Amino acid sequence: MSDEHEHKLEAKSDYASDVSSVGASDIDSVPESEVPEQELYHSHSWWTTYVFSQDAKYIGVQYALTAVGTGLLGLVLSWLMRIQIAYPELGWFEPAAYYQFVTMHGMIMVIYLLTALFLGGFGNLLIPLMCGSRDMAFPYVNMLSYWMFVVAVLVLLASFFVPGGPTGAGWTLYPPQAITSGTPGHNMGIVLMLVSLVLFVAGFTMGGLNYIITVLQLRARGMTLMRMPLTVWGIFTATVLALLAFPALLVGGLMMTLDGLLGTSFFMPTMVSMGEKLNYEGGSPILFQHLFWFFGHPEVYIVALPAFGIVSDLISVHSRKNIFGYRMMVWAIIGIGALSFFVWAHHMYVSGMNPWFGFFFATTTLIIAVPTAIKVYNWILTLWRGNIQLSLPMLFSLAFIVTFLNGGLTGLFLGNVTVDVPLSDTYFVVAHFHMVMGIAPILVVFGAIYHWYPLITGRMLNETIGKIHFWITFIGSYAIYFPMHYQGFVGVPRRYFEIYDSPYFDTSTLLLNKFITIAALIVGVAQLLFLYNIIVSARLGKKAERNPWKANSLEWQTPQMPPEHGNWGKERPNVYRWPYDFSVPGAKEDYIPQNVPPSEVTGAKVEKT
Amino acid sequence: MSKSDSIFKTLTEKPWEKGQVEIDNQHKGQTLYLSKYKLGLRTIMVVSTIIFSLFVVVYSDRMLVHDWRSMPEPWLLWLNTAILVLSSLFFHFTKLASEKNQNEKVKNGLYFIGFLGYSFLIGQLLVWYQFMNLGYYATTNPANAFFYLFTTLHGLHLIGGLYFWGRTTSRFLKADSKIKDIQHSIELCAIYWHFLLAVWVVLFGLMLFT
Repeated sequence: MSDEHEHKLEAKSDYASDVSSVGASDIDSVPESEVPEQELYHSHSWWTTYVFSQDAKYIGVQYALTAVGTGLLGLVLSWLMRIQIAYPELGWFEPAAYYQFVTMHGMIMVIYLLTALFLGGFGNLLIPLMCGSRDMAFPYVNMLSYWMFVVAVLVLLASFFVPGGPTGAGWTLYPPQAITSGTPGHNMGIVLMLVSLVLFVAGFTMGGLNYIITVLQLRARGMTLMRMPLTVWGIFTATVLALLAFPALLVGGLMMTLDGLLGTSFFMPTMVSMGEKLNYEGGSPILFQHLFWFFGHPEVYIVALPAFGIVSDLISVHSRKNIFGYRMMVWAIIGIGALSFFVWAHHMYVSGMNPWFGFFFATTTLIIAVPTAIKVYNWILTLWRGNIQLSLPMLFSLAFIVTFLNGGLTGLFLGNVTVDVPLSDTYFVVAHFHMVMGIAPILVVFGAIYHWYPLITGRMLNETIGKIHFWITFIGSYAIYFPMHYQGFVGVPRRYFEIYDSPYFDTSTLLLNKFITIAALIVGVAQLLFLYNIIVSARLGKKAERNPWKANSLEWQTPQMPPEHGNWGKERPNVYRWPYDFSVPGAKEDYIPQNVPPSEVTGAKVEKT
Repeated sequence: MSKSDSIFKTLTEKPWEKGQVEIDNQHKGQTLYLSKYKLGLRTIMVVSTIIFSLFVVVYSDRMLVHDWRSMPEPWLLWLNTAILVLSSLFFHFTKLASEKNQNEKVKNGLYFIGFLGYSFLIGQLLVWYQFMNLGYYATTNPANAFFYLFTTLHGLHLIGGLYFWGRTTSRFLKADSKIKDIQHSIELCAIYWHFLLAVWVVLFGLMLFT
């Protein structure tokens, strides 16, 4: 099989140098490139190759490693929280420590793990390769973006070591409590957190500039926007969202830093604390909530849209079928992205608002279910009568569909004001957002890593360990989050430090707490299998053949695998088709890579989707 | 294809259809007919615009609370505004001169713009100094706090612009440089200067009329 492929590539490069083969020249002809070749930075030393690298592939891996490293800390924090919830009698932690774990867990997972991993990690790795570019538009700025992210992470971690510890205000950092005494980390912790966020936003803006311009301007010849893999569409749209939404976080963060450090009253109302009137006057905490959620809700889709895109490609490749309704998928991504800016106040129903305002946001929230449902239907229709390969990426994709559907449906409940108000401070919400924003994207991350690992290392991950990892993760995460829905329905409040000995809850909820904690510990430990697999397979894994999944998109068609500096050898590829030509009737193979010219696939008929 | 297609036309293409395949194969792989630097600048300006718009929204919301006391407008602020207008104007002329290859004019223009830029920053610091001497601290009133915040952020944007102005100028001063090499940089800097002027006019106007 791989020989076949070599042959095709050879034929292609022959064409590139010598156009004498009659017939091929007319149907394969492409115009001369008007865009001059990009000047690439060539590294000279170990430092500039591996540390201050300007190659997007390396930066992507750097981003991913840093994000996952930080994410592991978030995972450990979640264990500590769960141990406290299930076994408060152990008395391991003070209430302050518990709230600090909650806050840091939330912030790390949402921003420093998922956002950085999807956009910084997969974005840097995949955008130039999938678009057929040699590198990002501004490699130097790209490098700065990564190092800015590192500094942001370091500042965040530093907050563990300052007097008072990290902030314990909850990941939403609501004023006034975030900067008033009584909240853990109200002086140094919160300031470091805000500074870290500002650095993250600055670093991300530099990265985002690269992703957008590379996708728009530096694609290979023949790669129209509507021929891009959905992964690129997802990452691109998410980047646009991030560039539009992060400023709100920046503005809120800056102003709260000033409230905390200088004593201005942007968000701080007149208040009495510990019997003393504070120096604040007239500020509006609700204003911060609006700013925060104007960023916070698009943030959900900044994480979800790349996951949508990636999972579409995984499903298509591993069921050997073109994606059902490609255009509709693109429109859905754009539609969800646009709508995500008009739903933010559904996080604030309990803050109090004009009923019409709440009505408006409930309506927009439910409308966003339409494009999302379209995507779920399309994934299922892609699978329908497909030649489904139950490989690891496919297993994770299937698990994603189920999990996302589950989390999406509880989202419909919570989008309604009347249902949200009684449920909003319970574990139902915790279960909802972990399903939809925690487990679902993480399943895609795993699927994507199993899928693209050979592209990075040239070796396959171990399948058996992978399957064990998959089943423990999949079943385990349901063991964790399903019971939480029930707990939420019976009214177990979230954010409570300890709830034992309470006459209001059935003993079953306490038992469930223990059950959830044990499941969480098992799922957490199972991730060590994954890490082991990643580390060991890099050296000892089975050597991957070229294009091991027989995918069409350009990242697998580089002259060397793993791709080298500059990605494409002498000639950048020309693109002749979309990336979903799987199982085309009449074609020799069940896949036709994007850069195979029409003269080589004469027998194939194009099937309408 | 001399100009880019409309977004709606692009999004309704059917990439699998035979006719469309032939059109798509001729595609050059570029969506907008702009340099990547210009597109980068535009993206930055969009992000900055959002930041400043959010500040304007927050400002308008906060000023409705009864404790709001507007600040006076010292004449120095008018002078600073005039300096900014002048530097924007000069950037425009310098850009025109660079298109006509007028070496001397470009060089003098760049020097003068730098001088004006730094004068503006010093002028803003003087305004701060005046205000603090009069007892208008950031903590005394939210109006003051917004003033310091706005001027700081606008100043930081200008410092960013002056960094690129410096790079452009030093590239131009190198012995074998031609005006053609920096023409694009001058054009982009000029756009950014106009943008900063617009931002300042909006912020200053907001503080003036409230």
